[in-house]
Amino acid sequence: MKQIYLDYAATTPVVPEVVDAVTDCLKNDFGNPSSMHRLGIQAEKRIKEAKNHISSLLKTSPDEIIFTSGGTEANNMAILGTAYDKKRSGMHCITTAIEHPSVLQAFKHLEKQGFEVTYLTVDKNGIISLDELKANLRRDTILISIMHVNNETGSIQPIHEIGALLEGLERKPVFHVDGIQAFGKVPLFPDRWGIDLLSMSGHKIHAPKGVGALYKRKDVRIQPILFGGNQQGGLRSGTENIPGIVGMGEGAKWVAQKLADDSSYLKRLKDKLIKGIQEALLNAVINGSVGESAPHILNVGFPGLKGEILLHALEEEGVYVSTGSACSSRERKLSHVLKAMGLDNRTAEGSIRISISYLTTTEEIDEFIPTLVRAVSRIERFTRR
Amino acid sequence: MEKVILIRYGEIHLKGQNRPYFERVLLNNIKRALKDISGVKVLKAQGRFYVENYSDEAAVVDALTRVFGIVSISPAYKLDKDFDTITQYAQMIMKDFIANSQKDVLTFKVESRRADKKFPMDSMTISRELGGRLLRQFPELKVDVHNPDMVLNVEVREYTYIYHEMIPCAGGMPVGTNGKAALLLSGGIDSPVAGWMIAKRGVALTAVHFHSFPYTSDRSKEKVIELARILTRYCGSIRLHVVPFTRIQQELYEKCPDEQLTILMRRSMMKIAQEVAKREGAAALITGESIGQVASQTVDSLVVTNAAVAMPVFRPLIGFDKIDIMNIASNIGTYETSILPYEDCCTVFTPRHPATHPRLEKIIKSEQLIDEEVLIKEALENIEVIEL
Repeated sequence: MKQIYLDYAATTPVVPEVVDAVTDCLKNDFGNPSSMHRLGIQAEKRIKEAKNHISSLLKTSPDEIIFTSGGTEANNMAILGTAYDKKRSGMHCITTAIEHPSVLQAFKHLEKQGFEVTYLTVDKNGIISLDELKANLRRDTILISIMHVNNETGSIQPIHEIGALLEGLERKPVFHVDGIQAFGKVPLFPDRWGIDLLSMSGHKIHAPKGVGALYKRKDVRIQPILFGGNQQGGLRSGTENIPGIVGMGEGAKWVAQKLADDSSYLKRLKDKLIKGIQEALLNAVINGSVGESAPHILNVGFPGLKGEILLHALEEEGVYVSTGSACSSRERKLSHVLKAMGLDNRTAEGSIRISISYLTTTEEIDEFIPTLVRAVSRIERFTRR
Repeated sequence: MEKVILIRYGEIHLKGQNRPYFERVLLNNIKRALKDISGVKVLKAQGRFYVENYSDEAAVVDALTRVFGIVSISPAYKLDKDFDTITQYAQMIMKDFIANSQKDVLTFKVESRRADKKFPMDSMTISRELGGRLLRQFPELKVDVHNPDMVLNVEVREYTYIYHEMIPCAGGMPVGTNGKAALLLSGGIDSPVAGWMIAKRGVALTAVHFHSFPYTSDRSKEKVIELARILTRYCGSIRLHVVPFTRIQQELYEKCPDEQLTILMRRSMMKIAQEVAKREGAAALITGESIGQVASQTVDSLVVTNAAVAMPVFRPLIGFDKIDIMNIASNIGTYETSILPYEDCCTVFTPRHPATHPRLEKIIKSEQLIDEEVLIKEALENIEVIEL
């Protein structure tokens, strides 16, 4: 059976270019970058190359990249590291209700330690309001953490505007952006946009799992959350994961090339996808904004259906998507993102996420639409009377 | 000196003429349970078995406690028939026992058996002499023949065996000595326990699971495979039959009265399980049903379900409370897997108001609304067999 993978926001396959770079590194550069001999220096060079690939995509300086074990660690490091460093100036943080668990749970952890956290609401498109953000800024606000592209709906926050708003403040809080879904897919320039900390992940850009990065603007100080041999300027102890780092650098290079070749490729595919779904399935609801949304994530609701059943029905035909809401006969777990957008339970329960990448082809979208129609109608027949 | 484990079996003593057969099956089951422990030897002697030649005693003990038919086991020292050697090891055992005890004064008794009548001391003398020597060496010891903290056993046979631990095992009868039955295995708490209880009576298991993809995911199938795998630790290999059940559910849903769906589904499951049982040479079905637990397990519902098949249906949990079933599940190690949250989305096929007092004639009439024979045949043809 032919397979169509449409779950690239969950993870991406490692592309051959990256496999080659990682393999070469595993075979030839096993040195520890902390070693004083030439094998160490060789390994250190590989880290520098990777930093260059990433920073050229972000238009920043390569010294501002710290490698981590993944997106979760980057988010934890940014949030906990800032809070611990700034707690003498204040203990108030602002984030949004639709963040990834690696952000929300880090803030829950801070709340237990006496920090106060404001969770901004979002509108029906999943976008925060700048006025609400302004109204919640306080003298003791030390950190603002807002994701760029939402992982479930693809909604895009006005990061550029937020950066500008914060620049004008007398006491500027640290501005962290979870850029894990945005990196390599949408324009993202931390230096120009006033972003202090930016989280990224390797496996969302066709690099292996187990590697991520944090951009940290030079003049921003954070406390480390791991302690040991003081690698990476003392901010992230632990021998560097050289093959992973090389992979992430190569992945960044690969997506940069794809963007340069055809910057609207994903957008065109997504438009085609939306058009196809809207024409063929009249009761489908696009969750979130069509305009202010990332080009690679689409969240569609089928009110009255169960997203999980639809997911498995598609799986039966070799198509892989995902759902934010888990269906269980004991409890219903609705997506916190869709709930925050004010979606009714029926639509939220019947929602799936379709996500594409530069590897997705027009033919796949053409094949996917009738498959989706078949799956939906098959399930609709057996929906609770 | 060698460390051995002495295995006692109980009930199969009662089986008269069949005794050699039961012993042979038990011996095979023990060997299979120990097959991953390298070099281990299992020997038979005088109404018991010995396990010898192992390094990891804990692993052997753990495996043996799960073999049905074993009543208890004792890790022992196998010694030459020399009273000074016996004393030396008795002192060693006692020293360990005292070191691991919190009490200031410890009571004990020595219990001896002399099967080898050529040994110069009789059992009374062995007990008295050995007890005396131990009392002299350890001032914290006192003799108590009625309720001692420790019983030191000395058995003089072809060798001398000396031990003090008696580890209770599962009991029951050797799996395979009482035929075979087909277990309807869901992902829940009850059915693995039901299978375990019947296997404990010496019955070999084959398992049948009903899978409703896409309404249940492959994760829920993996969970059932894991449950069956846990059962194999007790009853040896299990052939798991995964039956595609979606079509039947959909047909029932479209054509039959809503409130009867669960009972109709249960009856189809029983009929399919009966066919699988026949193929597998199994003579009965096993379910985890317990009176009143859910709508399909009222007495009236059970009567209707039962009438679907001619084969006897064993329901070992029929009179158990949920909490008791959960306790057994915890003890046999299936509970943690059973409560994993890969629940199904089958609520679609669950009636809002299930009939709790169905009448057989009405249910049979409803069954005629679908082409059951063809659907069951199709399901049977598409079974996925997993050898565990």
